Amino acid sequence: MTDAVLAYDEVLESYDPVLGLEVHVELGTASKMFCGCSTEFGAEPNTQVCPVCLGLPGSLPVVNAVAVESAIRIGLALNCSIAPWSRFARKNYFYPDMPKDFQTSQYDEPIAFDGWLDVEVPTDDGVRTFRVEIERAHMEEDTGKSLHVGGATGRIHGADFSLVDYNRAGIPLIEIVTKPLAGAGELAPEVARAYVTELRELLVGLGISEARMDRGQLRCDANVSLRPRWAEGEEPTPLGTRTETKNVNSFRSVERAVRFEMCRHAAVLSGGGTILQETRHFHENDGTTTSGRIKSDAEDYRYFPEPDLVPIAPDPEWIEKLRGTLPESPAERRRRLSEAWGFSDKDLQAAVNAGAVDLITATVAAGTTPDAARKWWLGELARRANETGADLDALGVSPVQVAQLQALVDAGRINDKLARQVLDGVLLGEGSPEDVVVARGLEVVSDTGALGAAVDAAIAARPDVAEKIRGGKVAAVGALVGAVMKATRGQADAATVKDLILARLTADS
Amino acid sequence: MTDPTTLTAAELGGAIAAGDITAVEAAEAHYARIDAVDGAIHAFLHLDREGALAQAADIDRRVAAGERLGPLAGVPLALKDVLVQRGVPTTAGSRMLEGWRPPYDATVVTRLREAGVVILGKTNMDEFAMGSSTEHSAYGPTRNPWNTDRIPGGSGGGSAAAVSAFMAPLAIGTDTGGSIRQPAAVTGSVGVKPTYGSVSRRGLIAFSSSLDQAGPCARTVLDTALLHEAIAGHDPLDSTSIDAPVPAVVAAARHADVRGMRVGIVRELTGEGYQPDVQARFDESVELLRELGAEIVEVHCPNFVHALAAYYLIAPSEASSNLARFDGMRYGLRVGDDGTHSAEEVMALSRAAGFGAEVKRRIMIGTYALSSGYYDAYYGQAQKVRTLITRDFEAAFARVDVLISPTTPTTAFRIGERLDDPMAMYRADLATIPSNLAGNSAMSIPAGLDSDGLPVGLQIMAPALADDRLYRVGAAVETALNARWGGPLLDKLTVGGTR
Repeated sequence: MTDAVLAYDEVLESYDPVLGLEVHVELGTASKMFCGCSTEFGAEPNTQVCPVCLGLPGSLPVVNAVAVESAIRIGLALNCSIAPWSRFARKNYFYPDMPKDFQTSQYDEPIAFDGWLDVEVPTDDGVRTFRVEIERAHMEEDTGKSLHVGGATGRIHGADFSLVDYNRAGIPLIEIVTKPLAGAGELAPEVARAYVTELRELLVGLGISEARMDRGQLRCDANVSLRPRWAEGEEPTPLGTRTETKNVNSFRSVERAVRFEMCRHAAVLSGGGTILQETRHFHENDGTTTSGRIKSDAEDYRYFPEPDLVPIAPDPEWIEKLRGTLPESPAERRRRLSEAWGFSDKDLQAAVNAGAVDLITATVAAGTTPDAARKWWLGELARRANETGADLDALGVSPVQVAQLQALVDAGRINDKLARQVLDGVLLGEGSPEDVVVARGLEVVSDTGALGAAVDAAIAARPDVAEKIRGGKVAAVGALVGAVMKATRGQADAATVKDLILARLTADS
Repeated sequence: MTDPTTLTAAELGGAIAAGDITAVEAAEAHYARIDAVDGAIHAFLHLDREGALAQAADIDRRVAAGERLGPLAGVPLALKDVLVQRGVPTTAGSRMLEGWRPPYDATVVTRLREAGVVILGKTNMDEFAMGSSTEHSAYGPTRNPWNTDRIPGGSGGGSAAAVSAFMAPLAIGTDTGGSIRQPAAVTGSVGVKPTYGSVSRRGLIAFSSSLDQAGPCARTVLDTALLHEAIAGHDPLDSTSIDAPVPAVVAAARHADVRGMRVGIVRELTGEGYQPDVQARFDESVELLRELGAEIVEVHCPNFVHALAAYYLIAPSEASSNLARFDGMRYGLRVGDDGTHSAEEVMALSRAAGFGAEVKRRIMIGTYALSSGYYDAYYGQAQKVRTLITRDFEAAFARVDVLISPTTPTTAFRIGERLDDPMAMYRADLATIPSNLAGNSAMSIPAGLDSDGLPVGLQIMAPALADDRLYRVGAAVETALNARWGGPLLDKLTVGGTR
């Protein structure tokens, strides 16, 4: 069953969206939050476990000091206050992938609170900046990973059986929660995307996580509610009921999920219905959400302070020392890069929102000019990412490969059209751009002897054009170049063809 | 050869070190004693004969090789079944863990091994340490060696009974609200709850994390001190472990002198509600301490009257969370896994079948107390009371060196007598609970018998990290009472006519 949705423009005529974003980031620490087990991604299931992360009877947690350091650095980078004294708490609920049937988390005493992050969204009227206020950033442990086999939905209900991999259980997570984000209006979906993108850049810049969404290292839950618009001068209308959309695992999906929920809420509200406070699942394939668990008052996690751990009271001097280790902020970095690369604000913002800044940086570092790198990542590669629904860094082509591709173009060995075919090969796993060129025989026809015949034929076929060129109208050469390119099925270098034609026609005069 | 089971741990350790008795002989003698009397007592849930004898043989080899080992090397011990021991069945007295073999050793077990102590087996207990009689064990009750119709106390009734019936000179207990001291009191043995955080909880199956503390059980104050010293000390793998030197408890146990010490009588832990015989033995102990040169001071701890209520909110609250992991998914009992039930249903069915009534009662209480809307009124309020009780202790210890009280309001009650009256059962821990809530140290030593010939306990309480004071006072009282009785109280005990 698909939900009714209202057209986006109509949504905004009647309603004002309010967002709340909860981002979980897996820290890239060598060991887990409360034990010494490895956090290496991709190991055989249940090989990176011990009595602590399996929650065996009698086991006790010990806090990973590096995780605390990372949490403080994130807090500082997000302009948060760092709590002089904070505690862990137990969040109690039963689920097979949670070894202790409670999650060790932080509740009313988070390590970092009250911060902000500015994000920039390009609009037709230039770049607009939104300040996203941060409610809190707190430490917690990840759960195991369930695989539900059988049944229709891939969820625990209706499954024939379930498998659990506890390698992920106990991996340190930082949950970053925004305050309600209002005032974005029609830009709400873009702001949501820009926030997650900016946050990822900040986290990667801090060096505390690879923060790859495709690996679940960065996960976003998007809370969306609508309230009726109010007239100028009136009190804002009260906040509407929110839904929490989970499983939003790419930047693009964040934007789509928010947009879909806005349209769905509006359809329900306009039809006189009420929004259920519930968890919703996002579906990458069609961009819709479906109902998950109903979140009601009955859901009671019975939080209480974790008695197996002592409070965290970081030394103020240590906090200041950590503040000194913060890298430049993503915004500062962008200003620096913008200058170095000579990008316009809009170009740079587009790069940020596509999650392409690091990729462009790496491509430039591999020898490509900034402009060429930008054209690849925001042009052809962005188009392909859009088609497949993947983020750029998960597309399957590395910055080094892009640089190699561009180098082939610069050397005149392939042209732009061929470059796209080479890219096809790279994405299909056929090897480096060089490998693909060789294997597919895509090199441009640069043998002037072979080209000469095609050039002579083209000149002979269009004496009128040849005459114009001889007469000094060099611009007319395009028609002849086109004919040669057609004859060689694109496998010639256009510049070489042009040179050959002009050489012949000027030699005649 | 002297019967090794009649020796104290200190004597036995000395005999083994001197080569007079081998560790294997000591272990075998205790197993023989267990075979003879444990049918009537049921102190043990599991005997690890193979493991213990191998360990004893190793000690003997090392002694023969001239290695200098600790004072308890080769001495047998009974381990409460709430501590995990690698490869040895560990149940915590519950069906839920029947057949489970832990893949790791508790830190206490590691320290015992390092001290050369030979672990004979695992002792019976109230399920998950919840109870004061050992009747809540899923494997049947333990009986009091003084009178097998009576309870041996709880939750560590098995450990106390093993020691008092000479089945082991040493035992490990755990004390959340009195589970070492109350069984010691009703079986005529010695038991100490060390300062919270001084003995590692790693590998102790948690009942109430902020209250649980493992500690020593023995027949003499010195033996208790030797065991205390072997197991205490900082453990970086227990975040609540205190990084401080272990008080010199063995030296204190050898310094049986209370002259000049100030001893406080807690008014709130005497009088009404205390059996007249118990009160009489306590009053005699007070007199004795005065005769021995202690200054007796009366102190008030007005908030102690709320201790029981606060305890029965905090302990069940933590238990409701600690026991959540027993869900049939990863280990232990699993019920309903027949392809017709969902994972959630299997969890519910497993817990319904695996937990006994008292455990369920406490999970329910704790779940309720932590619920949204009730938290402040129950759990939050109980924590405030806990702070007030801690302040009462601080005020008292500003005036005196130790506090004393009867360990329990009554002597051992009859098996079955309080099973249908949980409140009566809970009142057995009236005097022991305050020390758990405050985290300070406390001891129970024999103070004599009641008119039915059942042991009465004297409780001594000291500030946190001043555990040595317990031993100094305990040793002085023990020496004086043994002189008065013409020998240790437990020499009067006969079990099944075999002694």
